[in-house]
Amino acid sequence: MLLAISASVIVVLVLLWEVAWPVAAEKIACWRARRARIEVEGYDPGRERRAEQRARALLRSCVDEEEWAMYSDLGFIRVWGGLSEGPMEGHDGRGAAYAYLIYPHKPIVAFLPQTRRLLSEYCVTFPDETRPYGSARLPDSDDVLAKWMALTGDERRLIATANMHLPGRQVDPKQVKRDLWRLGQWEQARLRDRRHGADSVRSP
Amino acid sequence: MKPGHGEVLIAEGDVDVPEEHDELVEEFRAQLDAGMWAAVPTAGSGGRRQGRMVSSFDDVPADADRVIFFPRAAGGR
Repeated sequence: MLLAISASVIVVLVLLWEVAWPVAAEKIACWRARRARIEVEGYDPGRERRAEQRARALLRSCVDEEEWAMYSDLGFIRVWGGLSEGPMEGHDGRGAAYAYLIYPHKPIVAFLPQTRRLLSEYCVTFPDETRPYGSARLPDSDDVLAKWMALTGDERRLIATANMHLPGRQVDPKQVKRDLWRLGQWEQARLRDRRHGADSVRSP
Repeated sequence: MKPGHGEVLIAEGDVDVPEEHDELVEEFRAQLDAGMWAAVPTAGSGGRRQGRMVSSFDDVPADADRVIFFPRAAGGR
């Protein structure tokens, strides 16, 4: 009896081992890969952090106070569109107010503020092919500033240069809708704060 | 703007001083020849700030305190 139970236990253990070992081996390999130090040539996190700090200071000195606060609080900047025919040629929306959301290192998203309908994504990059520090990628805030300057300075040229896609190709539409909702809340809060500030000044 | 560095001062000077003016023009051209775009942050109509793209040194507004160069835009994926 004891022999039979022992044999059964051994068989069960062997079967479990056969089933569990490949999964366990994969998990261990993943864990080791996560822990492994990967040397990226030319990448210096300290330098990148300092570059981002300088880029933030430059961005702050260029954009409006409201836009800077928006970027600081929400992580993106809204820029109003200025083309009378709208951003998409031949699209039904002529004359309607539209705007863009500028995210760092993500496509620019065009939308209709009144309905919060997403119009399109504009994929654009500002690669520095000289790769002075091993990378062609600008710091996050520099990327936002480059988009802001190009969009407010020559919207038509930037839109013509960018690759246009339908919403949702790279930026999750749910995320954008959430961001638009957050933007609405943020603007209402600022308006309330301003009114509150004005009332405080008026009251003796 | 430079990857891995952020803002880099390329040149500075007073446009009313002829030597400095020439140096600024030379540096401006060198940057554009290197494929950079140039823009000046300005206060637009209604007081909102905006960028103004400039393609020659003469386009730079007289009251501009700086010109920002950044890599030319390219269509991304």
